[in-house]
Amino acid sequence: MRFRGRTRREAAEPLPAPVPEAPAGPPPALVIDALGRKCPIPIIMLAERIREVPVGAIIAVLADDVAARTDVPAWCRMKSQDFVWEETLPRGWGFHIRRTY
Amino acid sequence: MATHGPHADRPGVYLDAASSEPLLPAARTALLGALDGAWADPARLYGAARGSRLALDRARADVAGVLGTRPDEIVFTTSGTQAVHLGMLGALGGRRRVGRHLVVSAVEHSSVLHTAERHEADGGEVTVVGVDRAGRVDADAFASALRPDTALACLQSANHEVGTVQPVAEVAAACRAAGVPLLVDAAQSAGRVDVPAGWSLLTASAHKWGGPPGVGVLAVRKGTRWRSPLPDDEREARRVPGFENVPGAVAAAAALTALHAARATEGPRLSALVERIRTEVARTIEDVEVVGDPVARLPHLVTFSCLYVAGEALLTELDRLGFAVSSGSSCTADTLRPSHVLEAMGVLTHGNVRVSLPHGTTAGDVDRFLAVLPATVTRLRRSAGVGGV
Repeated sequence: MRFRGRTRREAAEPLPAPVPEAPAGPPPALVIDALGRKCPIPIIMLAERIREVPVGAIIAVLADDVAARTDVPAWCRMKSQDFVWEETLPRGWGFHIRRTY
Repeated sequence: MATHGPHADRPGVYLDAASSEPLLPAARTALLGALDGAWADPARLYGAARGSRLALDRARADVAGVLGTRPDEIVFTTSGTQAVHLGMLGALGGRRRVGRHLVVSAVEHSSVLHTAERHEADGGEVTVVGVDRAGRVDADAFASALRPDTALACLQSANHEVGTVQPVAEVAAACRAAGVPLLVDAAQSAGRVDVPAGWSLLTASAHKWGGPPGVGVLAVRKGTRWRSPLPDDEREARRVPGFENVPGAVAAAAALTALHAARATEGPRLSALVERIRTEVARTIEDVEVVGDPVARLPHLVTFSCLYVAGEALLTELDRLGFAVSSGSSCTADTLRPSHVLEAMGVLTHGNVRVSLPHGTTAGDVDRFLAVLPATVTRLRRSAGVGGV
């Protein structure tokens, strides 16, 4: 079941690892470390710094707040940026975004 | 600041009907009358007891009339959550020999999903059917999740966080064709929107339709196999244990009748106010997304998400300004989980505001809310250090 509510069981269970897609394109031009930061801070950091990379370059956000897994792709959709892939890290995830404008 | 009706305990505008609708005047009158007149044990044989039994049966008939069921298909529970627990576990128990497979949508109320988790922990199998960006289940996807060993399927009538109405009629037809009972959690829609026919079990909660807290409803259609998950008890057709809350049931029935009677005028009126919120929020606030289906939705509920704002901060600030609203965000220390509904829809899980209009909400209430909202969001974004992103 995909529902992960406030159960004790859940705390002990790691989240199901998504099948990592092959990273499309070059490695990130900039990595933002938002580990340990709660939403919406990772999104704010992303929005503030995406202009530091050239259009077409990849920016990666590292975060371990599970909300980022929904919020980063949603931000990309709302702001017409290109969500490339999600990488599972030992702690949290790396979200790769291509700047489109 | 305007007071919302005679029920508010302090000045302010209450816009969280989806959590609890204020007690309707008809329910208050009925409750006080029944506390005095229907306190006796409805199971006994003396006059006062027969009075309680009559009041309880009349309440049952009234609720059945609104929900479109037979009175003997209705039992009163101690909450909507208990109705879900008993409905699901009883139906699963009644069909144990058929199989132990359960189908639920990803955006069900936590009472449904927690019961599914329990079923899974007890050795059952659960299939969760996903939703689209509007929060709606695909009826075909739901139908194809049904199997020969499926004991029960659960689909809410409408979503409690974003208001999207689910394709209950289509899913009910598929369930009927597959011989699988369908439990419909109608907590958000009872009294406001008719649930399409075809369900086998239906659950609802009185405090969400303007009745008192502590009263839920479980309807089990004739012919639906159901076995109590609890020890035997004589009360409520052997389905709900414990002494009946007769005054609560009487007040619940009065509220449901009143809400239902007013909905032909109140529904479209609230729906227009919701439409106004949908339009104005998108027009006056930058980086906002109004979520849920714009058309196939509940008449009284609207949800939007503001980028770069923590939902709790926004709710606290709005409360300070006199507006009671709710949020699906839960980026707080006590839950550490985003809303499973917003997650399943793939929409922002932060900065989320759910506005649900109680009976009698005025255009002025909504205008005042819309007047303070943009500046509040801007202030919070600035204090979070977001400027020009």
